[in-house]
Formats: sequence, structure tokens, C-alpha cells
Amino acid sequence: MGNHSDGSSTSSSTVATAGQHDEGAFQDPGIPPHRPRLADKDPKAAKRAERQVAVLFIVSVIGTLVFLVTYFAIDLTNTSTTGTIGLQNMLLGIGTAFAMLGIGTGIVHWAKTLMPDHEVSEDRHALRTEEDRQAAVAIADTIIEESGIKRRPLIRNTLLGAVALAPLPALAVFGDLGPRPDDKLAHTMWAPQNGKLKRLTRDPDGTPIKASDVTIGSAFHVIPEGLNELESGKLNEKAKAVVLLMRLNPDELNPSKGRENWAYNGIVAYSKICTHVGCPVALYEQQTHHLLCPCHQSTFDLTHECAVIFGPASRPLPQLPISVDEEGYLVATSDFHEPVGPSYWERDEHERRLDS
Amino acid sequence: MKALSLKRRHPLAAIALLLLGLLFTGGLYAAASTANQAKADTQSYSASDVAEGKKLFVANCSTCHGMGASGTQAGPSLVGVGAAAVDFQVGTGRMPMQMDGPQAQVKPAQFNEEQTHQLAAYVASLAPGPSVPDAHITDGQGDAAKGGELFRVNCAMCHNAAAAGGALTRGKYAPSLHGVSSAHIYEAMVTGPQNMPVFSDANISPESKRDIITFLKTIESNPSPGGAELGSLGPVSEGLFVWTAGLAVIIGFTIWLTSRSS
Repeated sequence: MGNHSDGSSTSSSTVATAGQHDEGAFQDPGIPPHRPRLADKDPKAAKRAERQVAVLFIVSVIGTLVFLVTYFAIDLTNTSTTGTIGLQNMLLGIGTAFAMLGIGTGIVHWAKTLMPDHEVSEDRHALRTEEDRQAAVAIADTIIEESGIKRRPLIRNTLLGAVALAPLPALAVFGDLGPRPDDKLAHTMWAPQNGKLKRLTRDPDGTPIKASDVTIGSAFHVIPEGLNELESGKLNEKAKAVVLLMRLNPDELNPSKGRENWAYNGIVAYSKICTHVGCPVALYEQQTHHLLCPCHQSTFDLTHECAVIFGPASRPLPQLPISVDEEGYLVATSDFHEPVGPSYWERDEHERRLDS
Repeated sequence: MKALSLKRRHPLAAIALLLLGLLFTGGLYAAASTANQAKADTQSYSASDVAEGKKLFVANCSTCHGMGASGTQAGPSLVGVGAAAVDFQVGTGRMPMQMDGPQAQVKPAQFNEEQTHQLAAYVASLAPGPSVPDAHITDGQGDAAKGGELFRVNCAMCHNAAAAGGALTRGKYAPSLHGVSSAHIYEAMVTGPQNMPVFSDANISPESKRDIITFLKTIESNPSPGGAELGSLGPVSEGLFVWTAGLAVIIGFTIWLTSRSS
């Protein structure tokens, strides 16, 4: 406050009042004079304000009527078009909005223009006093004294036991958040089953893909053979196993050592699950051979084993090793050699295990 | 109506009625037969089409695509791209390209239908390639639900689930598919223009392509049940609207609530 510029804080009153200031300090202008409103001075203005409030209330009445008429007059049947439903929704919304707005704005306008405008200033009270503290201490003492908790240790100890045990049921239900996924995230449906290699099939109809079908510049969205026939957990399996299949000129691929035979005549298959946070990376540019993730713009270079060339992803997309079977259909020669998708707690351990 | 009923016994009334009937049936027949003609007009290119197309090609395209369409540093070879690619690129105005850039832009077509046809005839004569679809594929009478599923798997990641288009890397983008003709949609799928991958008939069968086209035409003509679409761009345009318009309304109310009445 302006009148405490000398630094002494002896007075408990922190409220500035006019005429109590030091020489040269900021002058407290005090509370501005009360200014009567138009409706206070002019009966015509008061009448006008009255009518305005009434109009706002009538707007509310009309809103309610619009709602009721819309609700009963527009009859929704099984054959109603989305257009009819949309019209009804819109009118119901407009009706409710104006029914509520009319009452609210009417009351506010009424209060602002016509109700008495007493101006009240409330001084800030002192923050803490010794009496308040004493009173609180006295209450606590009374509780300890009257409950007799010091004199009756049996009650105290059983209460402590009850309170300590009460959270246990909550801990017990945490168990239902499990079971832990263990290494489920590290394995997909592409692993050969009983020595039979899984075919690459089209999403969504599950028809197998011949290598000769994949022309240069093509992109196929691929799911593993047998996914559509799964009884349960289909979406979970699909979320891990989806693959994008593309064909480039074989000269443009730069396979690293040990991955030379993971492609077939320039046909490569990569996991569609972004290694950043798991969005499907499927925006394939067939001239630049870039794969773009639509969520955070991570960009992967297909010609360099899907190395990250832009964006927040930190690992290349996992490659699925593919070949063809005796009938010419594309098959996965093994599961992915690393866990697909974003990082998780045990990922490093799983990756080491898959690698060995 | 009264005047009409008074004149129905007029001697000329029968003749007028007969004329009306003839006009009606004749009009119907004319409409039906032009529809048939359009159907019958599949890809049959005459030798003169090819010759005219060659002239147009040499005059307008060979600077970049080379004499004989064998390609230069500035433009790719067009041998084997087929009539579909020409009809798409020239028909949508992407070719001849207006300026160098991340990708060729749509603009008013520079050649009329006949010239496009002739250019297509010439390029198709160089080597076999995808042809312009016949009317059955583009009639929009397929299974829209199946087409929608295929669209969401194969196309929606670039073109947006509502086919409103989306951004790609470094200035490239997947265009909106609203208002694109059925034939051009089909041709884009089979030829993979620019950075779009090819969706050959071995990947998505012609019948499935017909379903996709049907789906696109269906959502184009469907009203939006949720109100204003705001470009179907999802949270970006909707969020922008709420943050600007919605917040402005709230701020306006706050100012009004706390202001003094005059």
C-alpha cells in the first residue's frame, strides 16, 4: 500500500484511507463518486430497460416453444434421413440455447439497469491474529480431551489399525489391471506356425498376394494370413502385425549386411506402426520413397531401410523379411527381428532376446 | 387451373396433348440413346487420332518428355504409361505443367476433350498401358460400404477419411477428392500420378475400384449430419473455430457481465 513507504509495519491496519498519506507519496484517490444510471434519472429509460428485460424473457419463452414444437412435430422414424435428424438436432439446440440465454441475460440486464446499485467496499481483514490461533488450539485441545484418546489406548490402537487396513481393497483391485503383457508386444502373427510360413494377404479381405501382382510403384496394405479367421483378439493382433508392402527398383535399395535377402526383387515389407508413438505410417511417396507418419511428421527413407530422416521417431521402422513360396505367393520368412511400434519398459531386453 | 379446365374441350386440345406426349417420349429416347452412345465409346483410337495426337505431342509435350516420348532430364518417359495417365494428367490440367514445384498443380485443362483423346491415342500407341475406364466402372452403382472400407485402408491416410486431402512432405500434398470426376479417380488409382502409389488391378480389382468411386460419390452427395463440416479437416479447423469464435463469445459475455450500465 502507498502509505507504507517508510517500511515500518507497526500498524495492523493495512487499509488505505484518504488523508493518511505521507508527503510526496502516491495519493490515494479514494472511491470514485457514485454515478447514477440512466434508468435512475429518466423514467423513460427505466421503462425502456423494463421492456428490454421482458423481451429477453420472451426470447426464452420462444426458445422453449421451438424446442417443444421441434421435439413433437418432427417425428423420427426408422426411415428418417440424416438430414431430418440433423435439422431436428439443430432446432433442439437453438431452442435450448435461447431458452437458457434469454433467462440468464434477462436477469443480468434487470439487475444491471433496474435493481438498486448500492456500491459497497469491503476492507480486507487482517490475515491472522493471535486470538484466531488460540481459538484453533483450544478446539484441538477440547477434541483430544473430550474424545479421551489419550486415556483409552484400546480405542486409539484399533482405530489406527482400521485406518491402516482400509486402503487394502483398493490395492487388491490393482491386480485386475493385469495380467502383465510379458513379451506379447515383441511377437506378432508373422512368426511361422508349425514350420509353415505365413503368407502376406491384402487388408481387409485377406486374399494372398503374388509377387508378380506387385508392380513397381505399388503399395499394398498387408495383414498376415489367418488374421481374419481369428476368434478373438483380432484387433490387438492386427495392431501389431500390419505391414506396408512396396516395390522399388532393386538398385535403389541399400540393404545392410545380413539383410540382403529380406527383400524379393525390390519388394520390401515394413511395419506400419510408427516407432514414435504407434500411429500407422502409411503415407508412401512413390517418387521420393519417403514414408510419412501423419501424426508427428516422422519421415522414413525406404531406400535406406526406413531410416528416420525427419521428425521425433528415434528408430527405423522394423522390416519384415519376405520371400515367395512355391506357388509364387509372398510369404514372411520369419517374424520381425525386433519389437514393432513405440518404446516400452522391457523393449531393450526383448530386442536383445529376439536378436540372439 | 380454371383457364386450363375451360380449354380442355378446345378443338386443338387433342393435338396439343399429342404434341406434349411426343415431345416427352422423344426426349426420353434421346437421353437414353446418348447414354448408350457414351457407353459404347470405349477406347477405340483411329489412325488419324494417333497422327493428330503425335502432332500435338511434338508441339506441346516433347520439350520435356522428348521426341517419341522417351523422356529427358526434365520429364519422364511416357512409353507404357497408357491412355489413362494422359487422360488424367492432361484432363485435370496438371499437364502441361505450369511451373516447376513440389508437384504439378491442378488448373483449367489446356486441351479440349478431343485433343486430350488424340494425345491419349498417341501415347497409348507407343506401348500397352492402362486405358481409360469404361462407363461401367465409373457409373457409381457399386457397393459404397465395401468401397468405404477399401478407401479407409488404402487411401484415407493421405487423402483424409472424408477425402478432403492432406499434407505430405516438403510442400507435396494429397489433393481433396471432392469434385474429381469418376474417370479421373480411376485413372489416378491405376497410374499412380506423381507421388501417389500405383493401385493396379492386381491389388484392387476393377470392381473394387468401382466400389471406391461409388463411396466417394456417395459421401460427396451426402449431407453432413453433424452440421458445418469446416472443411472436414478434423481437430485443426474445429479447434481453430472454437478457440476463436467460442472464446470471443465467452470474452464478450464476461465484458458485458462486469460492465456498468450506462
